[in-house]
Amino acid sequence: MDLSFLAETWLALLQGLPLTIELAAGSVACGGLLAASLAGMRLSGSPFLGWPARAYVFVFRGTPLLVQMFLIYYGLGQFRPTLQAWGVWWFFREPSYCALLALSLNTAAYASEIIRGAILSVPHGQVEAALACGMGRWTRARRIVGPIALRQALPAYSNEIVSMVKATSLASIITLVEVTWIAQKLISQTFRSVEIFVAAGSIYLLLNIVVTRAVLLLEYWLSPHLRGAPAEPARLEAAHA
Amino acid sequence: MRGLKLIGIALGGMLAASGAFAQGKTWTTVKIATEGAYAPWNFTAPGGKLEGYEIDLANELCKRMKVTCEIVSQDWDGIIPALNAGKYDAIMAGMNVTDKRKEVIQFSRPYGGEPASFGIEKSSPLAKLPHNGERFDLTKDEATAQKAIDEIKPMLKGKTIGVQVSTIHSNFLDKYLKDTITIREYKTTEQHDLDLLAGRVDGIFASGSAIRATFEKPDFKDYAMTGPRFSGGVFGTGVAVGLRKQDNDLKKLFDDAIASVVADGTLKTLSMKWFKSDITPQS
Repeated sequence: MDLSFLAETWLALLQGLPLTIELAAGSVACGGLLAASLAGMRLSGSPFLGWPARAYVFVFRGTPLLVQMFLIYYGLGQFRPTLQAWGVWWFFREPSYCALLALSLNTAAYASEIIRGAILSVPHGQVEAALACGMGRWTRARRIVGPIALRQALPAYSNEIVSMVKATSLASIITLVEVTWIAQKLISQTFRSVEIFVAAGSIYLLLNIVVTRAVLLLEYWLSPHLRGAPAEPARLEAAHA
Repeated sequence: MRGLKLIGIALGGMLAASGAFAQGKTWTTVKIATEGAYAPWNFTAPGGKLEGYEIDLANELCKRMKVTCEIVSQDWDGIIPALNAGKYDAIMAGMNVTDKRKEVIQFSRPYGGEPASFGIEKSSPLAKLPHNGERFDLTKDEATAQKAIDEIKPMLKGKTIGVQVSTIHSNFLDKYLKDTITIREYKTTEQHDLDLLAGRVDGIFASGSAIRATFEKPDFKDYAMTGPRFSGGVFGTGVAVGLRKQDNDLKKLFDDAIASVVADGTLKTLSMKWFKSDITPQS
């Protein structure tokens, strides 16, 4: 393996990093909002809200992201006149919007289940205590259920964020020039697949190290109750003497 | 890394040794890779079967080489590394002979070739590109070709052109039109055809044969091959069988078989069948 070639490749691949980060951050943000709404629909108790959410999760969790991306980009591309009539073609014309949409819709399905599970895991006693204090629905959600559920969801959610960072590599199939796309192009120019994929893999790895550390930090910050109490200052025995 | 290199050398030595051993025996089976997405050269029929000019030709060549052939499909962007990794023995995938490729593999004598051109919607302003249908050879007369390129530049300014990634066609756009147009690169030509239809690109740039095959489909009735046609230079010297550098005996087999299909007109018959024109190498 040629180290200077590896370094050169690494720098070339970094040009795709901004797009990779944009896609990952954008889809985690949009997907997270959608996931929260879906979880809310599931937990609302109303079948009219619950069943559509179930169907959504069933479809988007049960089909490959690659297929979803192809369908949104090339599939919807064949309905251009209809989409133009609806005035949404500007959105579907752009490969980056299509990739963002596919990634967001996909992550929303997984994340809604994480959020739902986290909300259900809030101990019933704590909700009852909040009720006994006379808290209304929103106060309860904001002060009791929300913080506890968020803390519960974090480990699973960090998994989801990490897999979204990796899933952005699929955007290369719809012409987006992100890290994997550049890697494949370099391979077809130089025919040196090992070095280039090692370099590309290391970029995703570094990105995910940052992501997992950040979530761990958030987790630490949200769970002061799990840490030992700070050491008490030494008693001033002398004062009693 | 030095350790790895040593292992590599040792392995290479073993391969070379077994290769030398293989030289003694004659080839009985040859595994040929094709892309299966480049009609009419090679494509996957609705039933999943590989068909096309190169499939027919491969079968004919194998008959003449007296070997059993197995044709497999392989993604374009990994087709050369996988040949060198020994996944198959030959590539017949509309691959043009270029200097860059010759650094890593060798080629048989060519069995086809077509100038490259633009595919444009008939109602698009680009449909009036100058030099429509004229041929320019970048090897024989680069100055004239360059002049033609300069003349189409003003019309192409700011347009998006779709092209298959790491092909002679993308090399051409990179070299001559990079600052004029937005190049959007696709994994297969089928994908840029779909995006041309969807209006996401203003035009495509590909081999004339591929464009013609696409535009024969009813969906593409409003599209036409437009502008100047280019060959030579970055386009290389024609389409040939790609082979590992050490397989000289296999190259000889393919060269002789191709010479014989050229000599008795079989190649031209196949060309007329699939391209409805003569794309056999002119020499």
